[in-house]
Amino acid sequence: MQLTLEFGGGLELLCNSVKIHQVNVDTQAEGMKLLTMKHLLSWVRTNLIKERPEMFMKGDTVRPGVLVLINDCDWELSGQLETVLEEKDVVVFISTLHGG
Amino acid sequence: MDSNGVGETATHIRQEIASLQKTKAQIEDRISALQARLSSCSSEDGNEETNSSAPRHTETTFSGQLSADMIYRYSRHLLLPSFGVEAQANLLKSSVLVIGAGGLGAPALLYLAACGVGRVGIVDHDVVELNNLHRQMTIKFGQLNTWTMYNSYGFATHTAKCLLQIIHTEAYIGRSKVESAAAACRAINSSVQIVEHKEAFRTSNALEIMRKYDIVVDATDNVPSRYMINDCCVVLGKPLISGAALGLEGQLTVYNYNGGPCYRCLFPTPPPTTACQRCADSGVLGVVPGIIGCLQALEAIKVASAVGEPLSGRMLLLDALSARIRVVKIRGRSLQCEACGENATLTEQKFRDFDYEKFTQSPLSTSPLKLDLLPAEARITSKDYNDRISNGETHVLVDVRPAHHYKIISLPKSLNIPFTSLEQRLSEIPAALAREKDNKTDDASRDASLYVICRRGNDSQRAVEYLHKMGFTSAKDIIGGLESWAHDVDPQFPTY
Repeated sequence: MQLTLEFGGGLELLCNSVKIHQVNVDTQAEGMKLLTMKHLLSWVRTNLIKERPEMFMKGDTVRPGVLVLINDCDWELSGQLETVLEEKDVVVFISTLHGG
Repeated sequence: MDSNGVGETATHIRQEIASLQKTKAQIEDRISALQARLSSCSSEDGNEETNSSAPRHTETTFSGQLSADMIYRYSRHLLLPSFGVEAQANLLKSSVLVIGAGGLGAPALLYLAACGVGRVGIVDHDVVELNNLHRQMTIKFGQLNTWTMYNSYGFATHTAKCLLQIIHTEAYIGRSKVESAAAACRAINSSVQIVEHKEAFRTSNALEIMRKYDIVVDATDNVPSRYMINDCCVVLGKPLISGAALGLEGQLTVYNYNGGPCYRCLFPTPPPTTACQRCADSGVLGVVPGIIGCLQALEAIKVASAVGEPLSGRMLLLDALSARIRVVKIRGRSLQCEACGENATLTEQKFRDFDYEKFTQSPLSTSPLKLDLLPAEARITSKDYNDRISNGETHVLVDVRPAHHYKIISLPKSLNIPFTSLEQRLSEIPAALAREKDNKTDDASRDASLYVICRRGNDSQRAVEYLHKMGFTSAKDIIGGLESWAHDVDPQFPTY
């Protein structure tokens, strides 16, 4: 499944400072019919996060202070970890900023 | 040859500039004090909305709302069919509290004062520093100052920092940010009442200060302040215009407005402290908070004038580097929210007693961390280090700052191994020690000593702790890092 993943607010530092990743998640190889956010998070952790995974995840979800947006919508509105992804979805992971 | 004459002239000019700047600062102080007195006189007269330093505003008004002066000053607003007299009148009746007069607050304040918000409050406990000026200028009209010159040293080194910041001018370095911002706001629009709160915003004074305003702008720079300001807004029912900027990114949203979510609805749990970067450590391109601060002013104006659709339930994300701005839909008010949810029990008393530093595990003040990890014998002051190198001691100095910090400025002959890559590059240390020992043929029996330095003396301690573990038991850290070197040994050494 073709997806666009974006990292911002400093999270890009965890994946070699690259903000936008065009990825292809092989759902068949992963042995699943539907790709949920829960699956995607563990895929990202294995395949994209190069350092300090604790800065991205806590337990099986994102760490506090990270907003997840699916097609420009807060994932709280689509079912969080249970959200089912579709071809060409854009998923943004953004760490909140506090500076000023 | 006339070089002496030229030197004298330059010195003379500098002296005259210094003397004029001093006089100017004194005059500005006097004006500011008089304006503050005037505005308190007018409050006593029961005239809270306008500052009587512009007495004509209080004269007979046309169409029952705006004076002739106001009509002229705000004419471009009045000409907007979607804004007009009604929105301007709402603005003139409103009050906005800006917390933080830094990179976000400075530009926000300028527009809020200029556009005719009736009363603007400014809270900050900080003083103006030279390294703030790239993002906190308040341009006083006709006084676009000479501060850019001062960036000439830093420009080559902190490329990311050298853009404008609009509020504080050089004449105010070392003085309160609130005074500086207030003077700039008064210079732009003397008809607006500017209230100075020269204190830190804490649970002990927050309710009392915020109660007097209709709208709150969060222009602070740390996590506990953001939770505290949010909770105070929820308790008092004030809309919160929240902005943040770091590096080349910015974020903006309106909380606690018209049934929309509050900060805690989005972020019920504070982030780990390691995820909270500060502009003072990570850098920020001055124009980025400038943009976000201006957008905060815009949202405050919309809420105050009851015009348009404020950015509630949505969040604006700015990525300056790729010129991308996206506005995303965020969740609504959470029923489980501990501040504003159905079963929330937040009250004024609970707010006063809440420990925001403990809750977020980070300090409200932005003073940098001072670790003390090592025994005294594993540490050395910058002065002692200087004495030892002056005596020709054979040694290796490892600088564990990130490479881009090292590029800004470094001590001669130091070896840059960033703390994060110390483990992989450990073998470079014995190699460097051996090289130093070989170079000193006269006293080959003595091993080269090993010192570690960083910016402020925290990472150097972590590095020394690690080096001790790896068998380099003589490694010492230089207490206070390059900042103490600049302070105690070489005052010419640049700090950043």
